[in-house]
Amino acid sequence: MGFMDFFKSSWGVHPDDHKRPAADAAARRVPVPPRVYIPFSQHVGAPARPRVVVGQHVLKGECIAEAQGNISAPIHASTSGKVTAIGEITAPHPSGLPILAVTIDSDGDERWIGTEPIHDPFSLAPADLARKVAEAGVVGLGGATFPSAVKLALGLRSKITQLIINGSECEPYLSCDDRLMRDSPEGIIGGIRIMLHATGANEALVGIEDNKPEAIAAMRKAAAPYSEIRICPVPARYPMGSDRQLILELAGKEVPSDARAADVGVIVHNVGTAFATRQAIYEGRPLVSRLMTLNGDAMANPGNYEVLVGTMVSDLIAFSGGYKSPAARLIMGGPMMGSVIPHAHVPVVKGTAGILAFTAAELAEEEARNCIRCGSCIRACPMGLLPLEMANNIRADKLDGAEQLGLGDCISCGCCSYVCPSRIPLVQYFTHAKGQLWAQERGKLRNESTKKLAIRRTERIEREAREKAEAAAKRKADKAAAAAAAAAKKETTGA
Amino acid sequence: MIIAVASLTLLSLILGLILGFADRAFAVEGNAFVGEIEAMMPGSNCGQCGFPGCSGAANAIVDGSADVTCCPPGGKALAAALAAKMGITIDLTQLKDDGPKIAVVAEEICIGCARCAKVCPTDAIIGAAKQIHNVLREACTGCNSCVEKCPTEALTLKPLPITVQHWVWPKPLAA
Repeated sequence: MGFMDFFKSSWGVHPDDHKRPAADAAARRVPVPPRVYIPFSQHVGAPARPRVVVGQHVLKGECIAEAQGNISAPIHASTSGKVTAIGEITAPHPSGLPILAVTIDSDGDERWIGTEPIHDPFSLAPADLARKVAEAGVVGLGGATFPSAVKLALGLRSKITQLIINGSECEPYLSCDDRLMRDSPEGIIGGIRIMLHATGANEALVGIEDNKPEAIAAMRKAAAPYSEIRICPVPARYPMGSDRQLILELAGKEVPSDARAADVGVIVHNVGTAFATRQAIYEGRPLVSRLMTLNGDAMANPGNYEVLVGTMVSDLIAFSGGYKSPAARLIMGGPMMGSVIPHAHVPVVKGTAGILAFTAAELAEEEARNCIRCGSCIRACPMGLLPLEMANNIRADKLDGAEQLGLGDCISCGCCSYVCPSRIPLVQYFTHAKGQLWAQERGKLRNESTKKLAIRRTERIEREAREKAEAAAKRKADKAAAAAAAAAKKETTGA
Repeated sequence: MIIAVASLTLLSLILGLILGFADRAFAVEGNAFVGEIEAMMPGSNCGQCGFPGCSGAANAIVDGSADVTCCPPGGKALAAALAAKMGITIDLTQLKDDGPKIAVVAEEICIGCARCAKVCPTDAIIGAAKQIHNVLREACTGCNSCVEKCPTEALTLKPLPITVQHWVWPKPLAA
């Protein structure tokens, strides 16, 4: 280690990437499964609201659930067929809890609904482009599944100078972005040009890790005619694909703790999202399928597959050739930030970048031991936090203490757990604590809203009582007046 | 020496006047701390604590006749918040808290008498007379008032169902 190395940033880890041979295998298209299960909540934000009924026939690309609220995305049928159920299925989520989904029995015709392609998107206003992307249900395909149109529309509110396109794909085992950049670089560049127009940014920087030379070459060739799009190889280091790290690397800007990327004039989109955006505009087609990686030692044929949203993981694995050895664990997404799925009978969703089947040997699980305070986690943390101190606080249920140490800035990348020589599940502590804090916050909001309801009810009851009393008094007065009038009448007639 | 005595006397006279004025001008009616405690309570005035409503409970907590753990709908979270506010330490591990609960209507035995809807402090129960009633999950505080009113025992308190959105990753077992 040279003297100057002391001054270099040390964040991140360098895991074995395990990307090849899966990345080099040609992508295959998975045939239409007999049945697809499409959840209503495949994005960050409010779940979409169903607009089909059981028994209805739907076409491919037909909107089956509409966006609800500001941050939401519509859901489209991924194949043509008959809606046979709207009900609960197991969520592709570590909890294994149920979620609402539409079940479509495919008719095998793959009949598309009428589409409205736009041939000259640059003549449209940015707001119209964002609306079109929103209608196509495009969400961030890097894994965060944030509705893309919301990010595109940010350009209208704050000044965006740079668009950063994330093709770094830093998660080990995954290669779907790599494959997409090699196979359809023109499609991605087309999407980037639309995004540039929609956000009003001056230039687009495409960050690709230097372990993907084929993708860099293909993208450079496709981007050659456009001077505003630059392909920037970045060193392979996990988590380079995290937005804050990529912005620092490419734009040289550090996003403050309580701010968003847009506040420093940058927006980050994934290459897959750029491709989906191009499809949404030039072909008018909503997001109903995506490229995903099947990998892991238990998988017989690791590679990349184009899969319809809603395909069961079990159908997908069966098509790929099944397992070659028993799978000890199934993971949706990458090994660092992906989530364990309870079994293979869950559907793939828009945000699924891959399905990994690990053998027991590959997992190499070890029991956690005591912290030796070596500080490896501090060096590895890309956000400059103190993972060991935060975990100590959380272990003692001092969530406030962990929050003061910057728990809110933790991006759950898992570098700390990866480097820990004592195998302490640090990132699980943080995930747990963030969930708890969020639950407390939700409890507070709930308390406030029920209190408002209680006050409103008390007011209503008081008002009703008052009105009743007034009405009774009025009746009494009327009666008295009537009696007086009657008496007066009697007197006059009597006289 | 006379100057020192005189100046100190004058000073204390002026300060005394200011204090006397401030005592009258900024007088606080009632205990402000009780108001702060009451603001933390659920506010549904369910009476499960045995005091007349949330303000009664807040008074009792401040004067020491009630524990900070007295509010069942508030549960562990409220007890911890109240203890922090009062500056006392309590052992929360002994407190039984099965998590938030809400009322659930057994639809097959509900006769639609609407008695429950009348007592609900947050208007969380909907349904007209002779129609099956239902409880709005987001508005119910689990105060138990409706359960006692139901003539057919169709209403029961059940733990708030956990959904994917509400699920929290479990805490890892200690090393």
